[in-house]
Amino acid sequence: MMFSKSKRQALTQALEHVQIERRSPWADARRRFMKNRAAVVSLVLLGVIAFLIVVGPWVLPHNYEDTDWSALNLAPTWQGGHWFGTDDLGRDLMVRTLVGGRISFMVGILGTLVAVVIGVSWGAIAGFCGGKVDGLMMRFVDVMYALPFMLFAILLMTFFGRNLVLMFVALGAISWLDMARIVRGQTLSIKSKEFIEAARAIGVSRRAIIFRHIVPNLLGVVVVYATVTIPNVILTESVLSFLGLGVQEPMTSWGVLVQEGQQKMDAAPWTLLIPALFLSLTLYCANYVGDGLRDALDPKDR
Amino acid sequence: MTLLQVKNLGVCFSTHDGMVHAVNGLNFELEPGQTLGIVGESGSGKSQSVLAMMGLLANNGQASGEVLYQGENLLSMRARDLNRIRGDRLSMIFQDPMTSLNPYLTVERQMTEVLELHKHMPSRAAKTRAIELLEAVRIPDAARRISMYPHEFSGGMRQRVMIAMALLCEPEVLIADEPTTALDVTVQAQILTLLKELQRDFGTAIIMITHDLGVVAGLCDQVMVMYGGRVMEYASAESIFYRPSHPYTIGLLGALPRLDHQGETLTAIPGNPPNLANMPSGCPFAERCAYAFPRCNSELPVLISNPDDASVLRACHLKPAQLVPVGEIQHV
Amino acid sequence: MSEIKSPILSVRNIKVHFMVSGGETEWPWTPKKTLKAVDGVSFDLFAGETLGIVGESGCGKSTLARAILNLIPATEGEIIWMGTDLRKGSEREWHRVRRDIQMIFQDPLASLDPRMTVAQIIGEPLQTHHPELSLSQVMERVRKMMQRVGLTEQQINRYPHEFSGGQCQRIGIARALILEPKLIICDEPVSALDVSIQAQIINLLRELQQEMGLALIFIAHDLAVVKHISDRILVMYLGREMELANKHALYDRPAHPYTNALLSAIPLPDPVRERNKSIQILNGDLPSPINPPSGCVFRTRCPKAEARCSKEIPQLHVLDQDTQCSCLLTYRE
Repeated sequence: MMFSKSKRQALTQALEHVQIERRSPWADARRRFMKNRAAVVSLVLLGVIAFLIVVGPWVLPHNYEDTDWSALNLAPTWQGGHWFGTDDLGRDLMVRTLVGGRISFMVGILGTLVAVVIGVSWGAIAGFCGGKVDGLMMRFVDVMYALPFMLFAILLMTFFGRNLVLMFVALGAISWLDMARIVRGQTLSIKSKEFIEAARAIGVSRRAIIFRHIVPNLLGVVVVYATVTIPNVILTESVLSFLGLGVQEPMTSWGVLVQEGQQKMDAAPWTLLIPALFLSLTLYCANYVGDGLRDALDPKDR
Repeated sequence: MTLLQVKNLGVCFSTHDGMVHAVNGLNFELEPGQTLGIVGESGSGKSQSVLAMMGLLANNGQASGEVLYQGENLLSMRARDLNRIRGDRLSMIFQDPMTSLNPYLTVERQMTEVLELHKHMPSRAAKTRAIELLEAVRIPDAARRISMYPHEFSGGMRQRVMIAMALLCEPEVLIADEPTTALDVTVQAQILTLLKELQRDFGTAIIMITHDLGVVAGLCDQVMVMYGGRVMEYASAESIFYRPSHPYTIGLLGALPRLDHQGETLTAIPGNPPNLANMPSGCPFAERCAYAFPRCNSELPVLISNPDDASVLRACHLKPAQLVPVGEIQHV
Repeated sequence: MSEIKSPILSVRNIKVHFMVSGGETEWPWTPKKTLKAVDGVSFDLFAGETLGIVGESGCGKSTLARAILNLIPATEGEIIWMGTDLRKGSEREWHRVRRDIQMIFQDPLASLDPRMTVAQIIGEPLQTHHPELSLSQVMERVRKMMQRVGLTEQQINRYPHEFSGGQCQRIGIARALILEPKLIICDEPVSALDVSIQAQIINLLRELQQEMGLALIFIAHDLAVVKHISDRILVMYLGREMELANKHALYDRPAHPYTNALLSAIPLPDPVRERNKSIQILNGDLPSPINPPSGCVFRTRCPKAEARCSKEIPQLHVLDQDTQCSCLLTYRE
């Protein structure tokens, strides 16, 4: 009509060859995360702490349970290599802090792993099935929320003694609840999206819809909440240890150290301050990283 | 006496991807009682230009140029002075009536608020006036419905409430930003008929923003076609529809599905809408224009009048005679 | 006329009813009300033809489309595909049929999984229905289909958000076509696109239809758009059929008052005609589908309504070889 068909076709083809910069959603997220200074600094700090707690106890001259009667309650000095000082049994605080860090980190990561596995499965199944199944599963979560956790933990410890494994059980029993609720909410919102309807129209099986479509779109939220769960779990373990339930002597964790330090606060403040510093720093950093991940993975901002 | 003079209006936004120039070099004049239609697709800048005029740009937006209302530049006014004009002399209606009306306030409260603010009316007088306007926009049983909440009205009725609110102070200019896009076609017909009647009765000038050429044909005297933030063609409605003189306008008319044609193949415009963060130099339409030649990509065409018809302004390096021969577009 | 063809799809008296909450105060024992989204729709579709389904909001056209594919189960009626009633069949029947009936959606970006590449999106139907194909065979077919719909090979590993609306819709079309179906249901495929892109997609669909011998059900709210692609058109209102006619008959000689009102309401891009035309204004609002008017559902807004319109429920009846209409006033006495 107005211009020749061949010219139009040539134009169409030329336009389709225009290159757009290739950006996968994950690369996009990584780029946004890197722009967030606080998150990057926190990540680096966490890395440093992790390195110290893994490598430190091997490298340092002292053992975490060695008592040095000649150096009781020593303030931090260069002498004898007690850079963080000693506690009232002459044990080097630096090594104890780092070893305690190992326990706290392990508790944090393993506890969170348990929470993620149980929480994601529970929430995704409840959200996807909907109806009565969803109702029942989430009422169960509500009941668990209502249980007084401290009482439960104390009962466990009282009957079975101080047992690291049981502490994981107690921690795992409550920390998956938040994750389940969040994953269920996300599953419900993803389920109503058009691309899920499109997958059903194609004839994709229910199992494939959950694993191919829903789970990858959930991962962003799961990662973010996992990094927020880690500090929660560490804190809960600290509280448990503070109450006297948790790791056994002479093994220690930051919570135990803080508890012991609190008792010696007047005489030897460093026994409280140093473990408390490590604990707080780790929690702050984990929170900032979690915030940074949430902002980076938010698909609304392109 | 010209109501509104827009001179070289530009709007840009600072975003993650750099400066985005949403509008460039917009010029027009609005006379009392005139209707101007601004037509364009996504990325044309039609909505952003009127938002800039009303001082409603987002935080990261910056307007340049002049918008003269009775000699004063709206863009450089203080908020206090602008507030006296907005709602009173210049009012606006939006696309989605559900989100433009406050769901927590009754219609009465929302309407009397306008009158109390601009006309300092006492509440009883304001209510009477509000009911008058609701009847003028044909809301049945207005006296009873005025105390209802927005969600109790249907979409078409909510849009009428918006129009009534906009006309409360008998403004000189009514800006309508895609007011019927979200409505069914039969409801749209009612609203457009209503706008035409109100315009006749109140003598308000209307600026109608839309992507629907049919709406513009029925309502507007002057039409401005925008693409990529710039004006492509500006002429009377008859000129635009019967004697289009810009490749984009011609392309749009050819691509439009029309009831009055027989359903033959549409002539599509190849390519995709422009990426405003990365505009090419030269004419924004050049990459999709089948008439383009090298000068179009390097040099921006200026909006000048058509030598054959001075009332038509167009921004194209080619002369009209080099495009479609006159008379090919038929009308009965 | 030539030999009588049998339809590939026959929809008979389809109803889709939803149970909704019983009112403002809801006790567990408050009886639920029925929302009649689709209330008795029947039509035939023949191979290679395009049926346009038009109506405004609340007419049930999208629900009808989903009922045909069993994305929303129909409450009543028959869906006869190639002679078999699908509603009586099993899940496995439906799975097999999905190879032959596919769908394109309204929101081009939302219908694509944002975390999958174009290759994965277009290849998914092949993986689902032909798991025996190797990865390279799948990719080969994906590439061919991408070219066919106007996308370039370089874009094969990109993600949906990197494309424009029109290109996303092309991806959706490629995905629907890769299994070489016999019928594609298009649910308002161009409503969310700019005018200049709409024309591209409509032309593409027409070309593909001719090339592949596809039947199309094209759902839209815009009668002007539907005119360019349909052979026959069904006009719906509040879950019921108003008129089913050949393209030319519908536009030149609309039989139903609602069709008339719809046609007159569409603004024409022709200033002289648009300003001088008389619009059939429909008064009142759309009734609620929970409580539709008795008899003919359109009677509350119809300029020609008579007393008997509230008593009898009109059905589509044949007026002439091109038109079926459900207006009581057109019944031959």
